[in-house]
Amino acid sequence: MFARGLKRKCADGEDSPPAPPAGSLQRQSLLDMSLVKLQLCHMLAEPNLCRSVLIANTVRQLQEEMSQDSTWQVPAPASAGRGPLERLVSTEILCRTPWEQQGGHSAADSGASPAPDLLSEPPGALSAQAPRSAPGCAWEAASPRESRGGFQRSLDQIFETLDSKAPRAAEGLFADVDGPYYDLDAVLTGMVGAKSVPGDGFETLASAGAPPPGVSYKRDLGELDHVVEILVET
Amino acid sequence: FLLFSPDVPGDHSAVWASRKSDIISTVEFNHTGELLATGDKGGRVVIFQREQESKNQVHRRGEYNVYSTFQSHEPEFDYLKSLEIEEKINKIRWLPQQNAAYFLLSTNDKTVKLWKVSERDKRPEGYNLKDEEGRLRDPATITTLRVPVLRPMDLMVEATPRRVFANAHTYHINSISVNSDYETYMSADDLRINLWNFEITNQSFNIVDIKPANMEELTEVITAAEFHPHHCNTFVYSSSKGTIRLCDMRASALCDRHTKFFEEPEDPSNRSFFSEIISSISDVKFSHSGRYIMTRDYLTVKVWDLNMENRPIETYQRARIQDHLRNTLCYLIPDHGLNNRMLFNINNIKIVIMTGSYNNFFRMFDRNTKRDVTLEASRENSKPRAILKPRKVCVGGKRRKDEISVDSLDFSKKILHTAWHPSENIIAVAATNNLYIFQDKVN
Repeated sequence: MFARGLKRKCADGEDSPPAPPAGSLQRQSLLDMSLVKLQLCHMLAEPNLCRSVLIANTVRQLQEEMSQDSTWQVPAPASAGRGPLERLVSTEILCRTPWEQQGGHSAADSGASPAPDLLSEPPGALSAQAPRSAPGCAWEAASPRESRGGFQRSLDQIFETLDSKAPRAAEGLFADVDGPYYDLDAVLTGMVGAKSVPGDGFETLASAGAPPPGVSYKRDLGELDHVVEILVET
Repeated sequence: FLLFSPDVPGDHSAVWASRKSDIISTVEFNHTGELLATGDKGGRVVIFQREQESKNQVHRRGEYNVYSTFQSHEPEFDYLKSLEIEEKINKIRWLPQQNAAYFLLSTNDKTVKLWKVSERDKRPEGYNLKDEEGRLRDPATITTLRVPVLRPMDLMVEATPRRVFANAHTYHINSISVNSDYETYMSADDLRINLWNFEITNQSFNIVDIKPANMEELTEVITAAEFHPHHCNTFVYSSSKGTIRLCDMRASALCDRHTKFFEEPEDPSNRSFFSEIISSISDVKFSHSGRYIMTRDYLTVKVWDLNMENRPIETYQRARIQDHLRNTLCYLIPDHGLNNRMLFNINNIKIVIMTGSYNNFFRMFDRNTKRDVTLEASRENSKPRAILKPRKVCVGGKRRKDEISVDSLDFSKKILHTAWHPSENIIAVAATNNLYIFQDKVN
């Protein structure tokens, strides 16, 4: 699954930098999940613009916060492993339109559509590090038939980059494409529910946005996803 | 406090079983409250009519029965974008009644239609040139002339589409609002608002356009819009960022610059990842007087005075947030009990505010006593004509006998659509594909 809470080992004897604050774990989880949702938005036949805008704004806010906190800094290659860079790549991939993704996809969008383009992800800090430039997502949706094919391919890609046990989990998804993103959420919930980050409860709505220092939080991505779905669907 | 008894309209809700297309998507009383229109996901409109009072059956006074059913919208296919256009009815608005017929506007994502609903209870008989079955008579057999007469027949309610207002919206229509001049109305989608004349279907006038030149800069969409009840030049629209703009059409042709801007400053201590999402306003309505507007976002219902833009005059929590609880985002609890926010006392507008919630609960706030109650719309838990019991949700700790624990709240059972009779204590609550009508038993 995600490479969470990557502890950076310091090779040269300095004080090891602290693990990324727990708030950034939440942020990362939320960011990943929001990006997946954004991706799904334009796979469906009828993208809901309001929902897409709300999630995109949340994503942008998260990315701003994360870049402020310098959590995007890539640690020294020797000690870091592939985690953060891999995540950068996965983020960037998630932002690409289905028909722009690499590898033999047929053109998913038929015809010239007047529908506009999505805000381009990611911000400058990310794109400087990502190997490919992100062309940005599109608000428009592919045709239903092609979108299902594109959906399937993009889904595979998403699952690969998320480094999950995808094949089995994804099977049930394609049985019913009518409610694809609900199913995906269920799958994500099921997959991630098995792996939870240790810690305590999630911050409440009424409490401060920044977690108090030194407190670690526990949050299943599944619950987070459930929450975002509730909020955006209402 | 007001007590309500459910008054399920006949057995018709049983006919609409669990078919996906029958999920009710909008509910609206007409101006007298005599008619109640519902639109569903399958593009149908069902109109209920209130029974006349009769001395013989006092207890049946005020029941709503099906008056007319018609297919308003069909699914369409946009060939240019290869997208299906849903037939789901997003909004219904009644026109004020001016003759014997009823008129309403119904809209899906792209097309607004004006429907005429009229009764026919008489049939002409005694034509000269046709016989009773409508076949032409041989003129040679006609020896006398007669004047056709109207004879009573079984009541027939016909719905006919009188106008179709199409092809004016690139994005999904979320609101329609009839102007107080009764000549124009507006339709609002995510980024634009158009003004129509009822008589003209091939043109509309764009009055608000918030689409940025570069769509990558899009951060805000229109969520709802409504005309002022008395001033035909004034309207408001709400946004996904929790703001309300009031516009005056006399100021300019394109009302991109608002006349008033209502926004409550964010409390920095309440800031979270979800602040933006929960501040999105889902509905905005004028009070009957036109002096106040009510808005609903995820957590609250707010009442604003048009003369004060920097904060609402009243705020009602749709649920109570328990600070000490973990995982509270999941557990937005419609809670029974006194609402402690005592803000201003306004006497001259609607006394109780109603809002929908999860688990088929809906909440009512009494603006005078500041009390609120949570009620449930469910066939399992309330028999027809029984008095509704207030529901309690227990947040933690021991659950008392009648309470529902937070974990068993069903978030998929949402009440999204409610309507209030304009003059009596009758409410219509749509829970998925069932319609509940509740009325005040005290009367």
